[in-house]
Amino acid sequence: MTRLWINGSAVELDDDAHVSDIVGRFTVSPRGTAVAVNGEVVPRSRWSDVSVKDGDRVEVLGAIGGG
Amino acid sequence: MDDPLVIAGESFSSRLIMGTGGASSLDALERALVASGAEIATVALRRIDPDAPGSVLEVLDRVGCKLLPNTAGCFTAKDAVLTARAARDAFETDWIKLEVIGDEDTLLPDTAELLKAAEELVDDGFVVLAYTNDDPIAAMRLQDAGCAAVMPLGSPIGSGMGIRNPYNLAIIRERCSVPVVLDAGIGTASDAVLAMELGCDAVLLASAVTRAHDPAAMAEAMKRAVEAGRLARHAGRIPRRLYAEASTPFEGLPEL
Repeated sequence: MTRLWINGSAVELDDDAHVSDIVGRFTVSPRGTAVAVNGEVVPRSRWSDVSVKDGDRVEVLGAIGGG
Repeated sequence: MDDPLVIAGESFSSRLIMGTGGASSLDALERALVASGAEIATVALRRIDPDAPGSVLEVLDRVGCKLLPNTAGCFTAKDAVLTARAARDAFETDWIKLEVIGDEDTLLPDTAELLKAAEELVDDGFVVLAYTNDDPIAAMRLQDAGCAAVMPLGSPIGSGMGIRNPYNLAIIRERCSVPVVLDAGIGTASDAVLAMELGCDAVLLASAVTRAHDPAAMAEAMKRAVEAGRLARHAGRIPRRLYAEASTPFEGLPEL
């Protein structure tokens, strides 16, 4: 198991989970969604390539009204 | 009147930019956006809520607004740069409304961090519209850093206090060659008129519309206010005088 943080909550995922697996838990629409892992943005084009590991801090962001 | 707003080479016929925060519902927001005639609207990024009903993005797509993501809530250049990069990936635009605030109670910009973030984002190819204090020197620094527009506040965000320092805004307009967008503090239509009369190129507002009793009606009022202020600015107002100047001539006055 991989133990990590997603949007501030402790989560356990199967080994070899990728960013795309995490995004899929939240939304089916990649547009308007952004992901940062440990303070670095992971571009959408790399979601399927980048795997996550123990202790990673993952932020999955979406559009809201503001500004 | 063909008088487009041009920012970073893109032309817009509306000079009202709408913020999308504070609306009671997505439906109310959509009706206000339509009534405003705005062609640019801001959007923010937050931790995604899988249970949120509908999406502000769908509303903005339906209305046909260009997206202007913001970095609201960022207190440091580092956070603002990271948020801007996330927004670029999420919304597929290089445009960013750069906000770096220094204090939770006033939401006033932290000029040192703002400038640092602006330099980094301009280097990284962003079109930076910088939310700034009504400070001519800060505005010049941001322009020199390569910002595509400077957006001085009229008064603190959401305060509805209008334009507290019109003279500074006039100086900013005189000194800056990039578009000047009055951003924050607008309370009602007369504030938007004044911003445009002072020479601002556009007005960005949110709460004044979204938190009004009738958001769609206030949006239409703002649309007309921005147009009226722009027309008046170019029409050339009469000078202020201490004493009256009769509009009816004294010549030919009969001796009664």
